[in-house]
Amino acid sequence: MPRQGQGPHVELAGIGKSFGGVRALDGISLTIERGSIHALVGENGAGKSTLGKILAGVIAPDRGQLLIGGEPVAFRSPREAILRGIVLIAQELSIAPALSVAENVFLGTEPRRAGFVARRALRRRYDELAAAAGFELRGDLPGRGLRTADQQKVEILRALCRDARLIVMDEPTGALGQSDAGRLHEVIRRLAAGGTTIVLVSHFLREVAELADQVTILRDGRLVRTAPAAAETEDTMLSSMLGRSLGAAFPPRGPVPPGAPVVLEARGLSAPGVHDVSLEVRAGEIVGLAGLVGSGRTELARALCRANRVTAGTVSTAGGPLAGHGPWTALRAGLAMIPESRKEQGLMLGRPIAENVSLASLARLSDLGLVRRRAERQAVTGALGQVGVRVAAQTAPVSTLSGGNQQKALFARVLLRRPRILVADEPTRGVDVGAKRAIYELLTSLAAEGLGVLLISSDAEEILGLAHRVLVMRAGRIAAELRGEAMTEAAILAAAFGAPEMGV
Amino acid sequence: MKLRRAGILYPFLILFVVLSVSSAPFFTRVNLLDILDQQSATLIIAAAGTLVLVAGGIDLSVGAVYALAGVTAAHLALFAPPTLAIVAGVAVGLGVGLVNGVIVTAFRINALIATLAMSFVVSGLASLVTGGNLVIDYSHPGFADLARTSFLTVNTSTWTMLAVVIALAVVLSRTTAGRYMYASGSNAEAARLSGVRVQLIRLTTFVISGGAAALGGVIDASRVLSAQASNGETTLTFTVLAGIVVGGTSILGGEGAMWRTAVGVLFIALIGNGFDLLGLNPLYEQIALGGILLIAVGYDAWSRLRQP
Repeated sequence: MPRQGQGPHVELAGIGKSFGGVRALDGISLTIERGSIHALVGENGAGKSTLGKILAGVIAPDRGQLLIGGEPVAFRSPREAILRGIVLIAQELSIAPALSVAENVFLGTEPRRAGFVARRALRRRYDELAAAAGFELRGDLPGRGLRTADQQKVEILRALCRDARLIVMDEPTGALGQSDAGRLHEVIRRLAAGGTTIVLVSHFLREVAELADQVTILRDGRLVRTAPAAAETEDTMLSSMLGRSLGAAFPPRGPVPPGAPVVLEARGLSAPGVHDVSLEVRAGEIVGLAGLVGSGRTELARALCRANRVTAGTVSTAGGPLAGHGPWTALRAGLAMIPESRKEQGLMLGRPIAENVSLASLARLSDLGLVRRRAERQAVTGALGQVGVRVAAQTAPVSTLSGGNQQKALFARVLLRRPRILVADEPTRGVDVGAKRAIYELLTSLAAEGLGVLLISSDAEEILGLAHRVLVMRAGRIAAELRGEAMTEAAILAAAFGAPEMGV
Repeated sequence: MKLRRAGILYPFLILFVVLSVSSAPFFTRVNLLDILDQQSATLIIAAAGTLVLVAGGIDLSVGAVYALAGVTAAHLALFAPPTLAIVAGVAVGLGVGLVNGVIVTAFRINALIATLAMSFVVSGLASLVTGGNLVIDYSHPGFADLARTSFLTVNTSTWTMLAVVIALAVVLSRTTAGRYMYASGSNAEAARLSGVRVQLIRLTTFVISGGAAALGGVIDASRVLSAQASNGETTLTFTVLAGIVVGGTSILGGEGAMWRTAVGVLFIALIGNGFDLLGLNPLYEQIALGGILLIAVGYDAWSRLRQP
């Protein structure tokens, strides 16, 4: 265990990190006190997760210095950070379903006798550890089927049994219900009271305000300020995180012409995760679809595009109600989708850029089943130009593009198909600020050309900045429809959380 | 990067040159045409197998289908017109391929297990057809015309092979169906959301594979004028797969090319031919083959790891 020395636990000086030419972090200097709860807040892409990963040795900074207990360190792997008592609990928890809780906790550090796991010692050590942490979680429960909150506890115990003096928690309550989140907060407080330093990466400003001792606010990879949490309110944090006026960040949106035809209409639509949803999108209109993660936004998008089975209700486009199953039915009716995860659902990473872009339009670019290669090349060049991507060679694998350009290549694929309605699920996730701005402009100009857009985003700013009208989902239903003056972040959050009032 | 794209080509050329230099009978028209003729069934089956692998599947039933089609055609040729025998043999293969495809796509059963199970069923059917005996067609030479007619001094079996391999190469690299195969194997969900009917594409590859395996079986039965229910069918399945994979087509789907398969199959054939011509102990041939296969698969896995 590192010495309980005096002075700050961690000091960062001028930390910088770039990914493929994009600055994720720039000149970050901050001090984390021993036994404190230090929150990192910022928008998506502000760099808070990256900073957490640098602390835990998951990624190495390009520039700057990291001091632990006053000593400079340069972690080459998470293992080296663990040896210095720093453990990261990632957003995606890693529980082995076939092992028990106790076995999960001691995974890799099991008490052993002659190569066999000493079961009784394992049980005893688990009970001691859980008691010390104040957890009531039986060690013999199977990892399979553990609630997320209990999985969190397993991860925390795992960290503690490795003698963690500093635990980085990335969005620990992101997937938790309210009472579980409350319980986790108690755990975090108890750990801090016992001298463990907690670095809390969180989206939830209320949580930060209640829990943290210190708050560091990041914006676009830069540090805005570090201040005592007592001196901050949700409002002050939010305005510093944003730090931009909406008009500057979002392109102006044209009005929806009165009498514009409805290009997408759902009536009483039910599907897995979606209950009795009705909505309309008109030509030239951007409709924002907001809501918490897990509220059914993606499920709705997939049901609309026939990617998920529909159990009741109808989806109609200008050409009439969709019949049949499968996304090709929707595509034929002019309904195209940008999926949530470009790597898992969007791109064929190992295949050439050209093939990725032309995939949905090959029928048009072929004669008797033979691909017209010159026509394909020209079409791909045109589509890439339209979304503002210049490539050295269309034959290079699409994985060689940056995240933002990969996303734009997906837009190019969809545009080449010439849809009448576009359903875009988190189109700016994981792209840098410049690409974000380009995607905003693209969406606005597409709408101006008469495309109907359904925009799903977790970023309320984005929805407010782009959409003509906002639908908020909660528990698989449309909880609210907001127009005009009623379109505010507070109203979106209130509808998403189902609280009548929720001041932000 | 360039090296990776060329892949198997260099080892193949090196082996070719070494054999040409070290064995006088190797670089002769007779020997080279003989190799092609002997490999025609394997090449046809491997060409279709490439489509299956690229689209994200695998077909372990090709050896059994080869045997069933061979005995079916040979059996029919005893008393029916040769054309009917040939058509019936290929049709049996297309039927098995369709069943494979339906099991894999409609019932979502893992292709490896589904086609393995089917290979047992099909082997059993082949034994039923022959009653456990060797079918011999020496008294009905009309059936031999399929493989043994000489056209421009080259056997029709070789011509058929060339036609099938080139046709399937065009399908894979030039048609929309071929693109959809790559897409289905590379990222099935992305393909589906782009309007590709992934299951239909996969089913088609299984049907083609079954038909090709049957054609191979019929050609070989015609070539040697006999067929047997269990004529090293497992060995054939694995030789075909080894050829495809050694060529550089990924076992994980989405990557591969027809020329790779052709070179891979011929590479393995050259190793066998070399062992014969140089009089090496054939026991080592198997070991060498296994080693090469491991290297090929290992190289594929390694280069995927290094992908950005």
